[in-house]
Amino acid sequence: MNAPHEPAAQADPLVIAGQAYHSRLLVGTGKYRDFAQTREAIAASGAQIVTVAIRRTNLGQDANAPSLLDFLPPSEFTYLPNSAGCYTADDAVRTLKLARELLDGHALTKLEVLGDSSTLFPNVRETLKAAERLVADGFQVMVYTSDDPIIARELEQIGCVAIMPLASLIGSGMGILNPWNLRLIIDQAKVPVLVDAGVGTASDAAIAMELGCAGVLMNTAIALAQDPVRMARAMKLAVEAGRDAFLAGRMPRKLYAASPSSPTSGLIS
Amino acid sequence: MELIVNGALRRLTPAPATIAELVRALDLEGKRIAVERNGEIVPKGRYTATEVHPGDRLEIVAAVGGG
Repeated sequence: MNAPHEPAAQADPLVIAGQAYHSRLLVGTGKYRDFAQTREAIAASGAQIVTVAIRRTNLGQDANAPSLLDFLPPSEFTYLPNSAGCYTADDAVRTLKLARELLDGHALTKLEVLGDSSTLFPNVRETLKAAERLVADGFQVMVYTSDDPIIARELEQIGCVAIMPLASLIGSGMGILNPWNLRLIIDQAKVPVLVDAGVGTASDAAIAMELGCAGVLMNTAIALAQDPVRMARAMKLAVEAGRDAFLAGRMPRKLYAASPSSPTSGLIS
Repeated sequence: MELIVNGALRRLTPAPATIAELVRALDLEGKRIAVERNGEIVPKGRYTATEVHPGDRLEIVAAVGGG
C-alpha cells in the first residue's frame, strides 16, 4: 500500500501510446503575455505534455531573438505539435509531417481539423481522413473531435492513441456542456479520453475528471485568467482532486438525507 | 535568384545553391526549423545535398505557442 503522504498520481499514471505521465493536465502554450509567463504558468500547472503550433518562421527577424523552445526545453517537456488552424485533412497532415521533422521524428501529435472559423468546431469528416493517413504513416495521434460517441469509436478503431472530445467550443470557457456524451465516450473507449477545449475554471476540470476522463487539455482557461500562474496551479489541483474523486467513487445522490452523519441515539433529553 | 519563401517572393544574391546555403542566407542556421521544398519535406540531414532552383517554393516553419 502507498504511504498516506504519497501522491496518488505516483501509482496512477496516465499512459498514452505506452508512455507514462504522472500529470493528467496537458496545456497549450498560446495566448500568454510573454515567454517568461508561459514558462512560469506551465511550471505551476505541473504539465508534462505541452502543445505547440507550427507556423511559418518570421524571416528577417533578429536571429538571436528568443524562441518558445528556449523557455520550454524539449528535454523537459513532451511536445505535442498540433494542426490548429487547418481546415482540410491535406493541410493537417502536411503540418504534422513538418512538425515531426522539426521535432526530430517525434511521433506524438495532436490532430485537429476545424470546420468553421467562428465556432472552431471540428470537421469530423476531414478529421477521420487525416487520422487514417497519419496512423498509417506511423504517427501517434491524439485527436480533437466532437463529443459524438460513434465518431469517437471510429477514431479509436482507426488507431488513434487518445480521443479528445470538446467539452464546449475552443476558447469559450463554457465548461462541460454535455457530460452524458462524454460518459458514453469514456465508457466505450479503450484508449485515454481527454477533454480538450471548453474548460473555463477549476471546477470544470474537476468535473471532467470526476466523469472519468483520463486527462484534460487546456490553454485559454489558464492563459487568459487574470493571474495565469495561480490559475495554472488551481487547474493542477482540480485535475488531481477530480481524479481522486473518480477513483474513490462518489456516494450516490439522494434527494432526502435520511441518514445523518451523527449518531441518532444518545441524545440528551 | 528568385524564390518563393513562406509565400513571398525573395531575391537572394548570391544565389544559394542548396537548402543549407539558403538557411544560412536567411539567418536560420542552428534554429529549430523544418523545411519543405516544392511540397516535399527536406530532412535536416539532406540540406547540403538538396539543390535550390529559381522559382522553387519553400516553406520554413518553426514551433510557436499554441493550444
